[in-house]
Amino acid sequence: MKHQHVAVVGAAETTEMGVIPGMTELQLHADAGLNALADAGLTVADIDGIACAGVAPDVLASYMGIQPTWIDGTHIGGSSFMLHVRHAMAAIQAGHCKTIIITHGESGRSAVGAAGFPEFFAGRLGGEFEVPYGAHLPPTMFTIPVLRYLKEFDLTTEDLAQVAVAQRKWAALNPRATFKDPLTVDDVMNSKMIAYPFTLLMCCLRTDGGGALILTSADRAKDFPRPPVYILGTGESCEGPMISQLEDYTTSRAFRVAGQTAFTEAGIERADIDHVMIYDAFAHVPLYGLEDLGFCKPGEAAGLVKDGHTSPGGKLPTNTNGGGLSYMHSGMYGMYAMQESVRQIRGIAPAQVPDAKISIALGIGGMFSVSGAIIFGNELP
Amino acid sequence: MNQKTKERPLPRPSPESQHFWDGTKAGELRLQKCGDCGKTYFPPRPFCPSCSSRNVSIFAASGKATLYSYVISHLPMPGFDGPHAVAVVTLDEGPRMMTNIVDCDQTPEALVLDMPLEVSFARQNDDITLPLFKPAS
Repeated sequence: MKHQHVAVVGAAETTEMGVIPGMTELQLHADAGLNALADAGLTVADIDGIACAGVAPDVLASYMGIQPTWIDGTHIGGSSFMLHVRHAMAAIQAGHCKTIIITHGESGRSAVGAAGFPEFFAGRLGGEFEVPYGAHLPPTMFTIPVLRYLKEFDLTTEDLAQVAVAQRKWAALNPRATFKDPLTVDDVMNSKMIAYPFTLLMCCLRTDGGGALILTSADRAKDFPRPPVYILGTGESCEGPMISQLEDYTTSRAFRVAGQTAFTEAGIERADIDHVMIYDAFAHVPLYGLEDLGFCKPGEAAGLVKDGHTSPGGKLPTNTNGGGLSYMHSGMYGMYAMQESVRQIRGIAPAQVPDAKISIALGIGGMFSVSGAIIFGNELP
Repeated sequence: MNQKTKERPLPRPSPESQHFWDGTKAGELRLQKCGDCGKTYFPPRPFCPSCSSRNVSIFAASGKATLYSYVISHLPMPGFDGPHAVAVVTLDEGPRMMTNIVDCDQTPEALVLDMPLEVSFARQNDDITLPLFKPAS
């Protein structure tokens, strides 16, 4: 890459995680932001750029006392924060600002001052052509492609259950995870039916929490208390929010384009990746992500999971915080995936992957609508 | 969406989609086709999403389709009693469409991917008739 590199110099989640009835969504943003500032040894006076989703950036800037020269309110659901990182990198490279804070906070369970799940009527064709048939919430939208996926690759619903089982193994190693008890495939298959073939334990949690990142240019990054985590590659793309109109139910075009763009930008191969985070609102999404990122051929991800390759000790450690299925999921999960990538590259994750040097975080938002991919590394290329 | 209503939420036709809902009311499943590149598409818009041409026309589709994918929702949904399939069908003309499958048990055994279907117009009120699908006769 010709441009100046950019690094994460501050990263933190909210002080509490899980059920936080005593905090508004706005304060969750600020709580995470203050923790990230402390992590970087900064105050708001050092911040000249702000990006957030859910809460509007002008609202948060005013609340936290930030006077920005760069603002990004990109709000495309769960991967908004990956796009913020990509846009922030460009802004720093262009000289629009020097030090950017990206925040997320969401009262997804307690619903204190919460924006909630967006209405699907005005300006959205899904309100007219999908909602009337019952596709009105993530469990009846995000999930619809999977029976086609299973049929095309001769897989079963037990293959979906394996994803939840594998991620619970990681969650067991993470003291902050919401669910830590071991799971079996039978446990998952026998849990309450939500939307066939998805049982409760194939669906993400609904929790409260947040996270924040602070980015600056690589030449300044060495002056911070924590070792820099460099942004090696980024990508973004969209296919569209109507689940009925995706071109192919066995793959995500947004995943493929965002992922390939990030790999091309980083100039690395799949084999260079030590650690993987893939948005997992539901158990099928990591299977799509592993395939669409090119870690295996179409239809082979379930085998990787079943054979333990994504579990602790495996060659492709994936969703090592326990993921949205076991760690936490406030509604827009992407920030938590990147927080875990940063922890792994810093070497401080609760379930640390030995010698993790390069991590990819792949997000999706608006069901399979918008994807962002960020590759993090501990060294400049 | 108002969860307290007992009626299913109904579409609100727009200037770009009115022809579609006029069609279902008249017993026609209306799609659009590009006069330049030949693309048949849905949902409605007054231009071609493949080549950007405004030279598009409206025509009545066959109403034949196959079952592409679905879930059987166990979540409460206004207008539905108990588990119900939220389905996507592939129309014989190519486009896909969200719908419900009627005149069919809402079970995995009865709902088989790729099964042939045909449109079944379901009047909701004076303005709205929904295009649902049933197993082909």
